[in-house]
Amino acid sequence: MLKILKYSFYDLMRSRWSYVYFLFYLLLGIVLLFLNNNLSKAVITLMNVIIILVPLIGTIFGVMYYYNSKEFTELLLAQPINRSSIFLGQYLGVALSLAVSLIIGLGIPFVFYGIFRSDAIWDFSLLLITGSFLTLIFTALAFSIALCNENKIKGFGYAILTWLFMAVIYDGIFLLSLIMFEDYPLDTFSLIATMFNPIDLSRVLILLKLDISALLGYTGALFQKFFGTGFGVLISFLMLVLWVVIPAWFIRHKALRKDF
Amino acid sequence: MIEIKDIHKQFGKNRVLKGVNLEIKGNGIIAVLGPNGSGKTTIIKCILGMVLPNKGDILLEGKNISKDWKYRDRIDYLPQIANFPNNLSVQELIRMIKDLRRQPQADEHYLIDLFRLEPFLNKKLGNLSGGTKQKVNLLLTFMFDSPIIILDEPTSGLDPISLIRLKELIASEKKKGKSIIITSHIMSFVEEVADEIVFLLEGKIYFKGSISELKKKTDQPDFEHAIASILTHSYA
Repeated sequence: MLKILKYSFYDLMRSRWSYVYFLFYLLLGIVLLFLNNNLSKAVITLMNVIIILVPLIGTIFGVMYYYNSKEFTELLLAQPINRSSIFLGQYLGVALSLAVSLIIGLGIPFVFYGIFRSDAIWDFSLLLITGSFLTLIFTALAFSIALCNENKIKGFGYAILTWLFMAVIYDGIFLLSLIMFEDYPLDTFSLIATMFNPIDLSRVLILLKLDISALLGYTGALFQKFFGTGFGVLISFLMLVLWVVIPAWFIRHKALRKDF
Repeated sequence: MIEIKDIHKQFGKNRVLKGVNLEIKGNGIIAVLGPNGSGKTTIIKCILGMVLPNKGDILLEGKNISKDWKYRDRIDYLPQIANFPNNLSVQELIRMIKDLRRQPQADEHYLIDLFRLEPFLNKKLGNLSGGTKQKVNLLLTFMFDSPIIILDEPTSGLDPISLIRLKELIASEKKKGKSIIITSHIMSFVEEVADEIVFLLEGKIYFKGSISELKKKTDQPDFEHAIASILTHSYA
């Protein structure tokens, strides 16, 4: 698997899009620091951007890479290599190269601004870790969707819909149900509902760490009350890991049973 | 060497293979023929484990291939459509496939000379023409010294000189005692190289034997007409 990972990673590191992605984050970091002139504030603004944008880019890249490398995958399938290594290797190649672009692209401006000498270093690291998790999660979801759909347009559509659902629609439904059922106790419901959406989960995780109660919102406050900050962070981390492992397992499961 | 036992495969409602039995023994060149959509590529992909049959077994050198993947280092496969990662150069692709097959000693220089690929070695695969890609495809297939060679439409996109070289290459591999499986629609090519023919029709093997046997069976003077006569009779 490591060989496939290595080659996918190299392949992507040479493609123009990795650089576009990298330059975009570089620019975003510089602009945010310039506008905010304050590390902690820049981190908060960045969170809002990362939480929506990183999943979108992971989704698009995952689907695009899968369909673009289809013929190459067929070449690999005829070689003496295990199927699950091929697909998990490719998946990790895409996800890790995206994560590297994110970390380096955002890291450079913050390092030059003096993140190592400030208190915001841990908040910033957590932001990058969450961003990497979101990349891993949404690339895995995109790969799973692409594996299930031979038709490119359909695959692309479903993947974008998944992102839209998680990033926008889910919150809407969640809010609506909170209003509709306000007479009932909703603590458990909203805790569970948050766990089922990696984007909400990441938001709560970062806000717990930043300790800004004004931004926490209802679920965030519940999380804090229920688990306390330390345990809350741990639980949400565990859930994020599950969000990576389950789709990755599905990729393997599907790949072993598919005809090419 | 390869034993195919009662293979069934359907894609959705489309039943492509309906119980194919085939035994390929020892060395020689066997051509798998049939009209479009008769399941030629599907059989080949079943042998390679790329398509998983609904029913039936495939044995390679006596061992069942299902859920195995190591056996594929006994097979060199030329896919029908040559498409490679566009960001890599020819040289890098060669190195990569060698690395993936764990056969760094494989010698590509002879084939690079044979197909005149020297000027393309440092070019990106995305910038190559269809015919040149097919030559790279052939190079990757013949570079390794495996006992079984599977060629899916090897002639597509080749210029006449490369075609002659390909025939020479196939003949020399045959002399080494390998078994070679070919699919093609170019009947003159098949007639020239094949020792034995397998004709697929509607998911079953309609005919297996030598070209002269086929001519006798269909009562036609030449090979092309013999094939055509099978098709017109079956469609009628």
